[in-house]
Amino acid sequence: MLTRRIIPCLDVKGGRVVKGKSFINLRDAGDPVKLAGFYYREGADELVFLDITATPDGRNTMVDVVERISNEVFMPLTVGGGLRNINDMRRMLMAGADKVSVNSAAVLNPEIIREGAARFGSQCIVIAIDAKQVGNGKKPRWEVYISSGQKPTGLDAIEWARRAVALGAGEVLLTSMDADGHRAGYDNDLNRTVSEAVNVPVIASGGAGSLEDLYQALAAGKADAVLAASIFHYGKYSIGDTKRYLAGKGIPVRI
Amino acid sequence: MGGRVLPAHRLIIMIAVIDYGAGNLRSVANAVARLGYEPVVTSNARDVREAPVVIMPGVGAAADTMFNLRKHRLVTAVRQRIVENKPFFGVCMGLQVLCSRSEEGGGCECLSIIPGQVRKLPPGLKVPHMGWNQVRQKVNHPIFNGIPDGTNFYFVHSYYVAPDDKNLVAGETEYGITFCSMLVQGNLVATQFHPEKSGEFGLKMYDNFIKSALGNK
Repeated sequence: MLTRRIIPCLDVKGGRVVKGKSFINLRDAGDPVKLAGFYYREGADELVFLDITATPDGRNTMVDVVERISNEVFMPLTVGGGLRNINDMRRMLMAGADKVSVNSAAVLNPEIIREGAARFGSQCIVIAIDAKQVGNGKKPRWEVYISSGQKPTGLDAIEWARRAVALGAGEVLLTSMDADGHRAGYDNDLNRTVSEAVNVPVIASGGAGSLEDLYQALAAGKADAVLAASIFHYGKYSIGDTKRYLAGKGIPVRI
Repeated sequence: MGGRVLPAHRLIIMIAVIDYGAGNLRSVANAVARLGYEPVVTSNARDVREAPVVIMPGVGAAADTMFNLRKHRLVTAVRQRIVENKPFFGVCMGLQVLCSRSEEGGGCECLSIIPGQVRKLPPGLKVPHMGWNQVRQKVNHPIFNGIPDGTNFYFVHSYYVAPDDKNLVAGETEYGITFCSMLVQGNLVATQFHPEKSGEFGLKMYDNFIKSALGNK
């Protein structure tokens, strides 16, 4: 049986891992290569690196970081943040990334998804969506934001997820901007709605504060994988604790 | 060396990782290097025929893979190597293209080294089949030394192989259906999963293969 994935996320700025609260107030949480090795040994299923420097210098640093990580850990690596074109994607994949995630660039130019999928395969292309709930009717809606959550796009998150998958994205990395950084649980209405709308895996992101939160994202949110940062980085829970807890609740995990 | 002068690369190439323009070969080369060997990434047909150990990675589409193998004039070398039972490890698309034909992209003729079809995973499931899943061992084989039955390996694929000869199935995995996730025929080993992405047990599988290949030389 396919197991659900537990994915630590490392936000990298200038070659160092940081974690924000709702994308602001960054705190330093360490060396990405060391953290990657740590999570590899702990039994994480995959790692996501988001380069939040978003400058050409930062991108060169990131290529170097990815190369060093791929020498050390033998698990799937996804890299995103500021990738603007096919060449940016190619550099990360050649450096050792297995998948690249695109966010703002894909909204501004959806063809990048089609081109990336044609060139590297759908399994390499992750559509990252930052979504914020709009309105307060009985049927929730979510709007897509870009530029690190700074800029509303008017796009409906569910429709955008469907369209990105139709263009060739092989996975959705879905972040709730409302939940992100608050450690009070994922937005599982959002997770479930997207997971049921597309036929590719969905990674739930934003809001993990407890193991129960991870469980709910997989159970109620129907996510295929859960991503979390601070609860792992600051040692609140180990990957082992997390998986034993989930296994006890009947979720298939790799232990 | 006994005073013999050989071309430099003949001394170096023990483990060839086939490069036919199929993207990320670094992970496979890194995994082999971690085991203490010196992998050489090559698209040279002679290396593919003669290196003691050959690993053929691969991601992407079957038609592109076949196109690239032809473009690099590697079809004959790969076929000859496997027919001669020289150690060969195919990974993911490096397994699928060994079969006769793939359903992918409306149908694609493959290398026809292993009689069998490459089929799309059944509907109703998320595709790609992406993540860690168990491999049930169907044979006793040194490739599994130190690897428990049911170990999780990392998969990412939308098609699976169905070899005509079920005796070749060395490992099975369930995702909606039970499919052949690993195949062994003499010194040919091929996996649908990615050992280079499957942690310490993945490395162990490459180590078992390389040790046995170099021992058989």
